[in-house]
Amino acid sequence: MRADLKLVAHLIQPHTRVLDLGCGEGELLDNLRQEKSVIGYGLDKDEDNIRICLARGVNVIEQDLDQGLGNFEDDAFDMVIMTETIQSVKQPRDLLKEMLRVGRECVVTFPNFGHWRCRLQLAAKGKMPISDHLPHRWFDTPNIHLCTFSDFESLCADLHIRVIQRRVVNQQHDERSFINLAPNLFGSYGFYHLGSTI
Amino acid sequence: MTAPDATTVGLVSPLLFQHKQPFALQNGAVLPSFDLVYETYGALNEARSNAVLICHALSGHHHAAGYHEGDRKPGWWEHCIGPGKAMDTDKLFIVSVNNIGGCHGSTGPQSTNPDTGQPYGPEFPQVVVKDWVASQALLADHLNIDHFLAVVGGSLGGMQALQWSIDFPNRIHNAVLIATAAKLTAQNIAFNEIARQAITTDPDYRAGNYRIEDTNPDRGLMLARMIGHVTYLSDNGMANRFGRELKSGDMDNVGDVEFQVESYLHHQGRSFTQRFDANTYLLMTRALDFFDPARETNGDLVAALERAQARFLVMSFTTDWRFSPQRSKEIVDALIAAGKDVASTVVDSDHGHDSFLLPIDRYTSALRAYLDHAYNVTVRQKGH
Repeated sequence: MRADLKLVAHLIQPHTRVLDLGCGEGELLDNLRQEKSVIGYGLDKDEDNIRICLARGVNVIEQDLDQGLGNFEDDAFDMVIMTETIQSVKQPRDLLKEMLRVGRECVVTFPNFGHWRCRLQLAAKGKMPISDHLPHRWFDTPNIHLCTFSDFESLCADLHIRVIQRRVVNQQHDERSFINLAPNLFGSYGFYHLGSTI
Repeated sequence: MTAPDATTVGLVSPLLFQHKQPFALQNGAVLPSFDLVYETYGALNEARSNAVLICHALSGHHHAAGYHEGDRKPGWWEHCIGPGKAMDTDKLFIVSVNNIGGCHGSTGPQSTNPDTGQPYGPEFPQVVVKDWVASQALLADHLNIDHFLAVVGGSLGGMQALQWSIDFPNRIHNAVLIATAAKLTAQNIAFNEIARQAITTDPDYRAGNYRIEDTNPDRGLMLARMIGHVTYLSDNGMANRFGRELKSGDMDNVGDVEFQVESYLHHQGRSFTQRFDANTYLLMTRALDFFDPARETNGDLVAALERAQARFLVMSFTTDWRFSPQRSKEIVDALIAAGKDVASTVVDSDHGHDSFLLPIDRYTSALRAYLDHAYNVTVRQKGH
């Protein structure tokens, strides 16, 4: 399993109900069902992803995240997961609120736009950063709402969302100690385990 | 004729199941016995674990795949059923049935009423989806099939698959619901009522006794079918297929102009009167209107689905406005709320409700992926 998904899987309790927003090929849900007997559903809108999910028996639902989660009841899930997707949705603030309405807790992972390489490219070259974790050019990127860890944490504070745990990793998904000296500068990806209202 | 194509099941003939005991219907009536005409494709495995039931829609019947002797046209779901196809007859044993009340050989309004010695005609009792499912379960008993790997249907057929999951939760592993609804909307019922009015106000309908009086409500049935056809297609789909092309005449002399779309509808309507019974049409549309499995749970579909044990695949088509993606979504949301296994796709298609009968790659490949997995889990791994 992908390194980032392993970190997420670690946070999921057995026999819980999980919703995975932007579930891709269903790797995480497939693993959670087999290893932890989780009742999981994944939302995705990509035709190939959906077919792959069907072929592995994952409960994939074709649904566009930009249409919101209005079809789900309050507290319908124990955990709502969104890995590397928040930066490409139209209304990340509303979606984050919705995630904590339909789920008791959620996990959000995203690339850090405040990483020193990004800052360096913008500062030194005056150009929009392009890197391994943000490979797109400004005009063809699906990432329309990039943010830094600091930005994201401000939003959580505004929405009275409790950060239960934050883990920051580098490009190789290692948690080296020096990263946490200045995570917003050295961290490539953030994992936020969130709970509703502080 | 045996088709040379290796992806068809080839020559098939209908089979007959005779249930010779009384069969109580939901409305309280009792049929003294009934016949079901059905076809099978592929082979039942030793463990009897690879059977798939096909449920037909409003104007459908048992002949879903392959060719009847002398026919040039194959069954109505030929592109989905056959060796190597989405419903792969190299692996699966497909059972396709004509429902009670139908007009293709199963007991229905054209059958003889033993009490009168005359055709039932309008006296044939109103059957509902639940009755069909019960009769199909008796056919399964007859075939010694304890579990269906899947029950599959589109439109009215999807309603039967849904009812199966509720009425016989331990007898189906998967329910595949295509372009269907947990209940019809007012608009959908309205179209059915217009079709029924077209038939019953035809002077040749004779209060349903047209057989005895040797007439047939051709005009009404034709009109009903034309209305149906328009609602099964989409605006864009019709524009692409027919545009404003003329079949005959010219626009400068508008007196005798016939547009292609008119010609198409006339042809569809006329050919329908040759192969379909008006009383069956009334009965089938009523069964559609009445369907609402949540009625037993005070309108709560989630509660109605609590009993279900099957895994579900729910598919709909973007331009289908008769059974819109929203109706499928209601089923999916209820299944998720009930904690059931469900997957769902909304397939891009220009062809409206008719899409479920068409060879659309994304649709058939999704169906294939789902059924392949179901087969691997239930038939190959468990062995049963």
